Amino acid sequence: MYDAVYPFLIEPFAKMWTDMPLFFAETVISGVMAGVMYSLVALGFVLIYKASGIFNFAQGVLALFAALTLTGIMDNFGAPGWLAIILTVAIMFGLAWLIQKLVFNHLINQEPIILFMATLGLAYFLEGAGDIMWGSDVKVVNLGIPQGASQWLLDGPGLYVEKLEIVAAVTAAILVTALTIFFQKTRIGRALRAVADDHQAAMSVGISLEKIWIVVWAVAGLVALVAGIMWGTKSGVQFSLSLIALKALPVLILGGFTSVPGAIVGGLIIGVGEKIAEVYWGPALGGAIENWFAYMLALAFLLFRPQGLFGEKIIERV
Amino acid sequence: MFYRETGQYRTDYASDQQILNLPQDKWAMALLLAVAFLVVPLLINDYWANAILLPFLIYSMAALGLNILTGYCGQVSLGTGGFMAVGAYAAYKLMTAFPGLDLTIVVLFAGFVTAAVGTVFGLPSLRIKGFYLAVATLAAQFFLVWLFNKVPWFFNYSATGMISAPARTAFGLEVSGPQAPIWAKYLFCLTLVTVFALIAKNITRGRIGRMWMAIRDMDIAAELIGVRPLWSKLSAFAVSSFYVGMAGAMLFAVWLGAVEPTEAFGITVSFNVLFMVIIGGLGSILGSFLGAGFLVLLPILLKSVLVGGLAMTVATAKHVELVLLGSLIILFLIAEPHGLNRLWQITKEKLRLWPFPY
Repeated sequence: MYDAVYPFLIEPFAKMWTDMPLFFAETVISGVMAGVMYSLVALGFVLIYKASGIFNFAQGVLALFAALTLTGIMDNFGAPGWLAIILTVAIMFGLAWLIQKLVFNHLINQEPIILFMATLGLAYFLEGAGDIMWGSDVKVVNLGIPQGASQWLLDGPGLYVEKLEIVAAVTAAILVTALTIFFQKTRIGRALRAVADDHQAAMSVGISLEKIWIVVWAVAGLVALVAGIMWGTKSGVQFSLSLIALKALPVLILGGFTSVPGAIVGGLIIGVGEKIAEVYWGPALGGAIENWFAYMLALAFLLFRPQGLFGEKIIERV
Repeated sequence: MFYRETGQYRTDYASDQQILNLPQDKWAMALLLAVAFLVVPLLINDYWANAILLPFLIYSMAALGLNILTGYCGQVSLGTGGFMAVGAYAAYKLMTAFPGLDLTIVVLFAGFVTAAVGTVFGLPSLRIKGFYLAVATLAAQFFLVWLFNKVPWFFNYSATGMISAPARTAFGLEVSGPQAPIWAKYLFCLTLVTVFALIAKNITRGRIGRMWMAIRDMDIAAELIGVRPLWSKLSAFAVSSFYVGMAGAMLFAVWLGAVEPTEAFGITVSFNVLFMVIIGGLGSILGSFLGAGFLVLLPILLKSVLVGGLAMTVATAKHVELVLLGSLIILFLIAEPHGLNRLWQITKEKLRLWPFPY
């Protein structure tokens, strides 16, 4: 009995205590950083779900597609980084327009599950199209984003922190701030919030739903590009990049589908929880638990708050 | 002209409540079953069985299961792959622990084990709804596949971590293992699928099915008229998992013979089965078969056209296939969001009127 319980209930906490503060801090920091990366993907989901009620499974593939396009332009045409980014943004905007015109304009008023399936089809399409256009070999993102351990933190308090993760965290912070300003202060942003609140009311004051949806897909494409660059720099641009969508899903249900702060906080909780579980409980469970642990963690939160931490309260009427 | 209801009177409740109450339908179904049971086994060869017929039957079973849960009870599940893995591993443990056991019993028992596991993973559905639940069922998917990869007891401590089906018999016929004749495998799957499709049809049009549909259409209203949500949701999870588990057991024991959990029961399988259900038609038994047939045949057709017809390399063809598959799915959803079953009903409607337009 003791042998069975010890590695789960006592040893991890004892280890955490003896690891204080350095290794434990490193674990938490790297968890926070990983969480920020998850949030980047989750943000795209939230934006689209809020505005159009589409559960966009293609967000991960969108990130892959953006990263593939970026590296494709840089490798094949020798374009400098800034130009490639501008071109990719333009392509993502064009893609947003196409997606809205060709797919979702024809699926207005369908059941949510049909829309979800359509985004899965979209995911297949983009995955194949990206590979056909730019080849399926693993590519490297050469944007000069610093990598390796941060010397400054290593020398000072002796913490091992990846530079890339710091860059990602700062970028995410800038992105979220920019998005918040965009939503709060600009005309389009206000229209977007109106649409998120109530489609019919928004239409009745003269907001074009179609235009807003294109904008939302474009913004999601932009977020996907940032996520693609960060994940691509970390582990190369390849098919597995699209699987980060699966990492972002528990973040989403934990934070709530409709909440931007939820995506951020959820990302941090999942990131830190996952890292700690992996380091302290992983060995006792035989490792590789990161695939399902995030889901179980999110599920535990959901049992208490079925709409996620920051999701709108579900009010049901007959 | 030939397909008419006119003049065919149903004079008692029994005839009114038949599944197929037109003689034309009865004859067509009898013919279909006769061909499937008597003619196909004589003509069958390895390629047809392994590439088309067995996957079609097995995925039909899985789609039936998911359709009960998603189409009839409205609970979206993305854990189908994981539940199929439970069925496969339950079958494997039973086959190796009791060598003399009839494979029919093994498959049924694998279904019961999966039903128990499915009920446990269905518990969150009482509190969580919609896409939150769909994502929560992914927990089952990833956890179960991880479990079967990590715990050596499940794969009998074999060095590769794979499980392979030993030769076993059903009703005296050898239906699993490399030596089993292909027609026996086919008949085994066909019989199980036919019997359980009939059972599913009857469950869904009875009291339990109506209970599920009430929950699907609006769970609060259903609760108010006296349908117990706990009982109906969990029973839907149990019945659905039972079917999915049997599909997993047949997939492993009869069709593939040897599987590796990450590949055979990964998340792609879950999505594929969900596609089958939606393309076939949510909430229809026939739709499950049509959807499974569509999605089993489509990739084969695309591949043979692209590699054979247009002489592409296999790698390019794979990408083009993805693009085409994606666009076809979207096109299909736009053209007929209610699935193939709806198309079939429209055809029948047209047939009734033919050759007159009104």
